[in-house]
Amino acid sequence: MGKQAKIMKSLDKISSNSILRSGLYLATIFFFVAIILIPTVLGIALKWNLLSTVFENPDLLSRAMNAVGASFAIAAFVSVIDLIAGVPTAWFIARGKSRWLNVLDTLCDLPFIIPTVALGYSLLLFWDSPLGVAGLFGGSLLSPGWLLIILLHFVFSFPVVVRVMVGALLDYKYVYEEAARTLGAHPVTADRTVTFPILKPSLVGSFVLAFARSLSETGATIVVAGTFETGVVFISNMNTPENQAIYGQGPLVFASLLLLLIAVIIFGVIQLFGTRLKIPIKHISRSFEKKASGKKVVRLRDGATLFTLFFLILLPALFVAVTALPAIQDGTLGNALSGSVDQTGKYNWGAYWQSLLVSYFVGFAATIVNVVAGLPMAILIARNRMGKQLSSVLDALVNIPIIVPSVALGVSLRLFWANFPFVPELLLIIMAHISITYPYFVKSLAAAIMRVDPEVENAARILGARPFGVFRTIILPMVKYSFFAGAIIMFTRSISETGATVAVISPTSSLLTVPVLLVQWIRPLLPSGTTTAVGVSSAVGLGCGFLILFSILILLVLRLMMRGKGRY
Amino acid sequence: MPNVKVVNVSKTFGDGKIVAVDNVSLEIYDKEYFSLIGPSGCGKTTLLRLIAGLIPMDKGAIYIDNVLVNNMPPEEREIGFVFQTYALFPHMNVWENVTYGPHIKAWEEKKASALGRETLEMVKLYGRSEAFPNELSGGMMQRVAVARALAAGAKLLLLDEPLGALDAKIRNELRYDIRRLVKDLGLTAIHVTHDQAEAMAISDRIAVMRKGRILQVGTPYDLYMNPQHLFVANFIGESNFLEGHIVDVQQDFTTVRLRGGVTVDACNAKARKKDERVVLVIRPEAFTMQKGWKKTANGITGTIKRVSFEGTTTRYEVYLKTEETVIVTRPSLAEQPLPVNEKVTLTFQPEKSHIFPYPLLGLMEELKSE
Repeated sequence: MGKQAKIMKSLDKISSNSILRSGLYLATIFFFVAIILIPTVLGIALKWNLLSTVFENPDLLSRAMNAVGASFAIAAFVSVIDLIAGVPTAWFIARGKSRWLNVLDTLCDLPFIIPTVALGYSLLLFWDSPLGVAGLFGGSLLSPGWLLIILLHFVFSFPVVVRVMVGALLDYKYVYEEAARTLGAHPVTADRTVTFPILKPSLVGSFVLAFARSLSETGATIVVAGTFETGVVFISNMNTPENQAIYGQGPLVFASLLLLLIAVIIFGVIQLFGTRLKIPIKHISRSFEKKASGKKVVRLRDGATLFTLFFLILLPALFVAVTALPAIQDGTLGNALSGSVDQTGKYNWGAYWQSLLVSYFVGFAATIVNVVAGLPMAILIARNRMGKQLSSVLDALVNIPIIVPSVALGVSLRLFWANFPFVPELLLIIMAHISITYPYFVKSLAAAIMRVDPEVENAARILGARPFGVFRTIILPMVKYSFFAGAIIMFTRSISETGATVAVISPTSSLLTVPVLLVQWIRPLLPSGTTTAVGVSSAVGLGCGFLILFSILILLVLRLMMRGKGRY
Repeated sequence: MPNVKVVNVSKTFGDGKIVAVDNVSLEIYDKEYFSLIGPSGCGKTTLLRLIAGLIPMDKGAIYIDNVLVNNMPPEEREIGFVFQTYALFPHMNVWENVTYGPHIKAWEEKKASALGRETLEMVKLYGRSEAFPNELSGGMMQRVAVARALAAGAKLLLLDEPLGALDAKIRNELRYDIRRLVKDLGLTAIHVTHDQAEAMAISDRIAVMRKGRILQVGTPYDLYMNPQHLFVANFIGESNFLEGHIVDVQQDFTTVRLRGGVTVDACNAKARKKDERVVLVIRPEAFTMQKGWKKTANGITGTIKRVSFEGTTTRYEVYLKTEETVIVTRPSLAEQPLPVNEKVTLTFQPEKSHIFPYPLLGLMEELKSE
């Protein structure tokens, strides 16, 4: 018997011990509560005494309130337009028959894997520089501000809606729609009265995810915000050494707490009432819905969907690649490859490569820790291992890091871990990334395990498999796809994460992840008081390009590893 | 009330590689209870979905109530469709499911309510109006599905294996309930099933399909007594197939030499020629069985290898001297059962047998269900 087989056999044997099993689940819960949940919220909550700084300064209070209000308004608006644009796109992909739909499906993921800071700069170039579409309109079509924030948030939260809804539509039993048609419903009527109500949990779920994503995104928002402040931009502005010296941590804590509390209330309300919303089926205009189901309208809808996808999402998202082209001729590529500092002294490529290494190291570390810690949690939730009620509570609590804006989460983590000065900064960054990415893996895997018929497990047990053996030989092969998909989402989310990283590192830190470094590179190019046009730099283009390229390459490798790990 | 005409209809899938329905023509009469039967994958459900307009056809024409419906969407065909999985809307209760059709057709509330009540009472489920589909048994869900189709004003009821997911006892009860409803309301029904016993019990006429084609259409009696294809003889009821050659063709009967040189007189087969290789088909109940090996007219001798008591009948597997095994069923009450290894002589009346030319691809291939 080989060494590996011996280990597996021992683990199989150990797993039969119910005390050890309970111990593992308790350790999992402890990890979640102590490392993820408490630092995520308690760091800010414990600093409530700092709030007086804000309340004593009416201007600052008003500025913070306006910024947080703007965050929620933008998140709500973006989530609605995400649904309006994302659902038809998902429909087009899920219901279409063309072989090109696979390509389209993959393209929809692109904004998700492009680091948001690169995305923000790309949008700025597209809409606000003579290089982009703005060139057709005299150099600037959209200046940094709320409209560009909306467009940006639409671009990066759109894939979330498409991904969730494509999955939901593929799982949806088309026979319900057919039944409605045979009962006299026109296609649009069938969708309104049957398909959408059945898909309501997914619609609500994708709305919540898009809302949370919009609310918490920081890196790219800073790039396109200009002088406009959302909650995260306010927190980021208050995190500078100058503002820290003037106001201290009070404004950070205030905005973070406000974002957190309102987010929790809104998501609570959505969870409670969202799925109870009923769409009335009576009082419809049959002739209108018949016309709306017609081929011309459907073609128009598909055309608008494709236009939105290509011209409002993909083209602006990938536009940054254009600025990387001159890098080959102007020596930037040489500087980059040699890791030297360019002539202006602005772009230190040595620091860039180091930050890239830090990013990937943090990404891998967070992914591995979460796989190990998240796996038992997913089983605990999916199989009610310690009672149904506890599973339901844990299932709800796992969502918290998703709904807490990442910059607020970062502030909370920094404040919490500041009580433990021995924790090095790199570990703090990893902790932040673990907190942010943990729910993506647990939720994805728990959902997959729930879909596995428990009778399959029972059959394996009856045939002699011990608990670990059942998991290793039956459950894991059946949920491999979701396992790897969850890991990929964690990794990409970690690589592109900016807000929490900015918040956890000290303002003077030299330990940067690549999105944070790119924010520093991009900031001088942004329109400010003295300049109104966005600057173009082949170094920034190349920096973003490398990050996109490496991220895509790593994703490709991971996807290749996933190949053959079929869905059952 | 509608009749349905299917004219040269074809449907392929997978870029034409899979022929699901192959140039099918069929007429279903007004108020008829018609069944489409055949093995899995024979195209019967596809044909039903073509009639419903749920999938587009490649070629041909379909008329409902003498109106060409090729380009008519399902919602305008005035049909009711009962799906194999029932497809009850999970987010609606029984009442909302049943009144869905009247509501989305914007019928008056009073009319919608009356129809809902009437159809639910018809299927004896008015008392469960508030229940959601996941609170119902399979039989109840099936009845709600029928009520929903009827409340939408369907005159043509299309049923896709509606009893397939139910246990045998409920299935037997419900099939008669459905037929009674259809007949009481004067509807036309097309019922798809792979269960030949179910089709035989409730249908006015049956079409047997195989590999996308209709092999034979007829009343249950016709199909059983006068199968026109070996496959139909095998699929409808049970049959014995004995290989042989024609020895002589007479006015009233045909003499066939079976394996081992045994000659028997079989039915009239004027179209056949002397020495032609044929398959002789005899139903298990067409045999009479006597103890011992006797030299009788039209007798085949053999030994009982297995006996199964099946209630009404007793089933015997008899190994013949021709080295073939045949099934014989005899009424249990009328005859004393014979034991295993008993030597027996089987006889049959020539007119109760059928002769078919030996199939080009072999007998096994011809009888294969898939």
